Amino acid sequence: MMQINCPHCGPRAQIEFTYERTVDSVVPIDATHDEAMGRLYSRENPRGIDDEIWRHTFGCRAWMVLTRNRVTHVIESVRSVGPESLP
Amino acid sequence: MKQYSALSLLRGAFNGQSHWQPAWRDPEPKASYDIVIIGGGGHGLATAYYLAKVHGIRNIAVLEKGWIGGGNTGRNTTIVRSNYRLAPLQKLFEFSLKLWEGLSDDLNYNVMFSPRGAVFLGHSDADMVRLAERGDAMRCHGIDAELLTRDQVSRMEPVLDMSRHARFPIEGGMIQRRGGTARHDAVAWGYARGADGYGVDIIQKCEVTGFVRDGDAVVGVETTRGRIGAGRVGICVAGNSGHVAGLAGLRLPIESQTLQALVTEGVKPMVNTVIMSQSLHCYISQSDKGGIVMGGDPDTFPSYAQRGQPMITDGAIAQAIALMPALSRLRMVRTWSGVTDMSFDGSPIIGETPVPNLYLNGGWCYGGFKATPGSGWTYAHTLATGKPHDLNAPFDLDRFRRGDTIDETGVGPMPNHR
Repeated sequence: MMQINCPHCGPRAQIEFTYERTVDSVVPIDATHDEAMGRLYSRENPRGIDDEIWRHTFGCRAWMVLTRNRVTHVIESVRSVGPESLP
Repeated sequence: MKQYSALSLLRGAFNGQSHWQPAWRDPEPKASYDIVIIGGGGHGLATAYYLAKVHGIRNIAVLEKGWIGGGNTGRNTTIVRSNYRLAPLQKLFEFSLKLWEGLSDDLNYNVMFSPRGAVFLGHSDADMVRLAERGDAMRCHGIDAELLTRDQVSRMEPVLDMSRHARFPIEGGMIQRRGGTARHDAVAWGYARGADGYGVDIIQKCEVTGFVRDGDAVVGVETTRGRIGAGRVGICVAGNSGHVAGLAGLRLPIESQTLQALVTEGVKPMVNTVIMSQSLHCYISQSDKGGIVMGGDPDTFPSYAQRGQPMITDGAIAQAIALMPALSRLRMVRTWSGVTDMSFDGSPIIGETPVPNLYLNGGWCYGGFKATPGSGWTYAHTLATGKPHDLNAPFDLDRFRRGDTIDETGVGPMPNHR
């Protein structure tokens, strides 16, 4: 299992967290129809590293972005969600 | 291909069983093929078999990065059923079930299909209404479904905890008597042997690393065993569809997740049917060897790791023990996981892609094994003719753009909530 370094609470067990969606699937409020459809209904789904939105649901409930390797499960970075980390 | 029969076994008894031959060849890849299928799992091998048998195309290669049947074909819980609610799914899975019923004869290979009945449990009035609705939908399409009372469930599966104090009280159920299990490895081996008998080249340890393009169109594949030309290329790698389609520059409505299963030590017969609870998402059956096979939820985040999280296994075991307290006395001997293509409406994708000559079969979520024969049949039709079969026409990739999704559970484009 993974240990996720919550920006607010420090290292915590994975069981306290839930995965929400990938960063590239967040739909900006001014997205065109095609862009919105692309973001909702397609993924790069790389066999490697991707940026994902997780939530410390059973902890401080904060949202965060994990840069994570999907083959090895190594977490390269965790950062708080803010205007600079989402489209 | 030598036919297997009781007579050949008997003859073998007098010559030390020396008549056995490899069930398929181990050929070197040719420079090009009419059709190249990427992925030597049950679906890919079934596709090759039906392409050769039904459509008469023999110049085919099946490319497998590891060994055949080593992916999800060898990692599922072997359940076969067609008890779906929506018509396109019912038609596809019922067509598959009918092929399952004659598969061992057709392949001359015992796939050990065992129609022992597939039971959905109901834990509340609301569950029973939902099961009745599903059963009605099935019967309207000619699929067998029977609603079971609490007593009937109890008589059918005496080891279930039927007490009123049970953690998950059982109010009744619904059975599809023609559902059951099959021997997963035998399905891959039987189709491989059948396809090989028609001259299909099954090439193992051959991973596709890229596509050869002529303009937009795909005209071949780059592999770890060299370049192979192809008239048409069919991707059939559920679990890794995102990766392989990505090599052609495609983005799919698919996210890969891990799904786990486990098996206990072998015991005398104690589970007669396949028991599933959709409210809990737990399924239990007994293998022919005696082990109790169990599965549960997918790990709800993207992963290609082919290994799961113990907390998910824990949850599945807790549910199974709550339903069948006797299971707590058994030792778990093995747990494993596979990588599943979680599609964005919970239904598979079989059809053409925006890239000319490139076709896709994937997005099977956690339910692809039961569809193996029908998936191969319809995909073979699509690869042979360039057009969808009636059964897979609703499952095209373009349905997401049209808003024409086939969403059995109705949760929208959120694979981790499915």
